[in-house]
Amino acid sequence: MTTTLVRPTEDAKLRVMKNENWTKAVYETNGLNLWYGTAHALKNIDLSINEKEVTAIIGPSGCGKSTYLKTLNRMVENVGDVTISGNVTFMGNNILGKAMSVELLRSKVGMVFQKPNPFPKSIYENVAYGPKIHGIRNKAMLDMIVEDSLRKAALWDEVKDRLNKSAYSLSGGQQQRLCIARCLAVDPEVILMDEPTSALDPVSTHKVEELIRTIKNDVTIAIVTHNMQQAARISDRTAFFLNGEIVECDRTSTLFSTPTDERTEDYINGRFG
Amino acid sequence: MTSIKPTEKLRTRDVIAAAKKNEKFGKIIPHLLLAVTSVTVLATFGIIYTLLKETFIFFQEVKITDFIFGTEWAPFSNADQAFGVLPLITGTLKIAGVALLIGVPFGLACAIFLSEYATPKIKKFIKPIIELLAGIPTIVYGFFALTVVTPWLQSFIPQLKLFNALSAGIVVGIMILPMIISLSEDALSAVPASFREGSYALGSTRFETAIKVVFPAAISGIAASIILAASRAVGETMIVSLAAGSTPVFNMDFTGSIQTMTSYIVQVATGDAGYGTTIYYSIYAVGFMLFLFTFLMNRAALYIKTKFREEY
Ligand SMILES: Nc1ncnc2c1ncn2[C@@H]1O[C@H](COP(=O)(O)OP(=O)(O)OP(=O)(O)O)[C@@H](O)[C@H]1O
Ligand SMILES: [Mg+2]
Repeated sequence: MTTTLVRPTEDAKLRVMKNENWTKAVYETNGLNLWYGTAHALKNIDLSINEKEVTAIIGPSGCGKSTYLKTLNRMVENVGDVTISGNVTFMGNNILGKAMSVELLRSKVGMVFQKPNPFPKSIYENVAYGPKIHGIRNKAMLDMIVEDSLRKAALWDEVKDRLNKSAYSLSGGQQQRLCIARCLAVDPEVILMDEPTSALDPVSTHKVEELIRTIKNDVTIAIVTHNMQQAARISDRTAFFLNGEIVECDRTSTLFSTPTDERTEDYINGRFG
Repeated sequence: MTSIKPTEKLRTRDVIAAAKKNEKFGKIIPHLLLAVTSVTVLATFGIIYTLLKETFIFFQEVKITDFIFGTEWAPFSNADQAFGVLPLITGTLKIAGVALLIGVPFGLACAIFLSEYATPKIKKFIKPIIELLAGIPTIVYGFFALTVVTPWLQSFIPQLKLFNALSAGIVVGIMILPMIISLSEDALSAVPASFREGSYALGSTRFETAIKVVFPAAISGIAASIILAASRAVGETMIVSLAAGSTPVFNMDFTGSIQTMTSYIVQVATGDAGYGTTIYYSIYAVGFMLFLFTFLMNRAALYIKTKFREEY
C-alpha cells in the first residue's frame, strides 16, 4: 500500500462509545427476544461477538439470522411493528435504549447486504458518501479515504481509472466489493454482512472471502451465510440458529468437527434445512 | 358458450375444441379500434391545420418580426394598432414564474414528506386532500384569487392593484401543486428501498438520505414534473382572466394588471371582434405561440424523463 491514511486523531465519538465496562466482546447479547407483530422471531438469544474475529451465523431459512443482524444496528425497527426485549450492548453501551443514537451506532457498525446496493452515483461518490455525511469535507482527506477503502476492498486496481463512472457500470461482484469499501470508508468497528456472496459467482465470492480475511485484522465481522464451507473457511466462531433460538455457538473448528447438539450435526451435514 | 361439459369420457381439451368462438367479431375489432384512433389523429391534425392556416393569414398582415420582437401590444387602438407579442409573453412568464416559485418548493417538500416520512396512515389521510385540490375547477381558483388572495395581499402590499400578476401567480402555483406533488412523489417512491437501507446503514439520518440519495436518484422524474407543471401554468386561462386583468404591459411589475397569451385570446373570443379582422387572426397567432411553448415544454419533460433516467 502506498498511502498511509491519516485519520482525524481525536476520535471523540469513539471514546464516547467505549464504555469502561467494555472488555473483549464488541457485542454482548443477553436474553434478546424480538417479535414481528405477534410472531416471535428471536427467542432468548445469548451471544457474544468478539473483537477482530469473524463470527458466522448459520441456520435454515427463516430462523432469524437476518433479524438478529439487523438488531445489531437497529435497522430492524425500520420495518414497523417490532417489539424487542432483552439486552444488547455494543462496546459496553446498551444499544436498545432510548439514549442510543442510531446514527452514531451505524457509523460504527457497517452493513453489507445480500444484493449489492450501491447508490446511483459515481464510484468515488459511493465511497465518499459516508465520510461526507459524518462531516469530512476536506477533498484531499476524502481522496485518501476513498483510495484506502477501495484498496482494502481489493477494488482499487480495477476502478482507479474510472472513479467518476457510475457504480452501476461495475459487475455484480465489483459492486459488492464497492459496498464493502463504502462501509470501510467510515472506519467502522464492526461490519455486519448478510449473505454477502449469495448473489455472486465463485470467483467474486473468493475475492470477497479473501478481503474478509484481510480486513478482519482491523474490523470485527459478523456474517450470515448459507454456505457451510464458507463459514468453515473464513470464520473464527460460528453460531447455529434454529427457529429463532441459538442451538449452539462455539469455535468454528469445534462446531464443525464435534458439535455437541444433534441438530447442529444434522444441519451441517445437510440433513435438514 | 357451449353446454358441453367435461365428463369422464370427455376431456377439457375436447370441450375447448368443440366450443365455437366468434372469429368474425375478433377480426373486426382491430379495424374498429384503428378507426377510432384515426379520429383522434385527424382531430389533432385538424386543430393544428386551422391554427397554422389562420396564423399564416395573420402574418400576411403583420410582419413576423414585428410580432415576435415587438414590445407593444395594442390591437384595439385605432390610431397606432400594434401587434408586438412580448408583453403577452412577459405576462405569461410572470404568472408562470410566480407559480413555480410557490409550487416547486411547496410541492417538493410535500412530495418528500409523503414518500420519505409519512406513515401509511398519514398518507391515506393527506392524499385525498391533494386530490381534492386537483379537482377544484379553475374558475373557483380564479375568484379565490380575486376575492381572497388579493385583498389579503393588499393588507401588506398597499400598492397592489385589484387585478395583478402576483395573486394570480400565487393561485396558479397552488393549482399546479397537486401535479408536482403526485408526479414527484411517484418518482421518489420508485427509488428502490435498498438505496435507503444502504444510506441508513451508514448512519445517515432520514433527511440526509432523502436529500442526498433518494432525491438525486429521482431527479429526472422530478424535473419532468416541474416542467409539466410549468407548462400547465403557461396554459392556465381562467385564473389569469379573472384575477390578473387585461393590460398588456412590457415591464417587470408584479403588482399591476397584466395580460397573458391565454387571457388575450379569451378577451377577443368573448368580445365582438369581427370575423376576418386582423384582431380575429391575431388570436390564432397567439394561440400558435402558446401551443409552441407548451408543446416544447412537454417534449422537454418527456426527453428528460427518458434520457436522464438513472440506470439502476
Ligand atoms: N418484516 C417482517 N415482518 C414480519 N415477519 C418477518 C419480517 N421479516 C422477517 N420476518 C419473519 O421472521 C422470521 C425470521 O426471518 P429472518 O429474515 O430473520 O430469517 P433468516 O434466517 O434471515 O432467513 P433467510 O436465510 O431466508 O434469509 C421469519 O419467520 C420471517 O418470516
Ligand atoms: Mg436472511
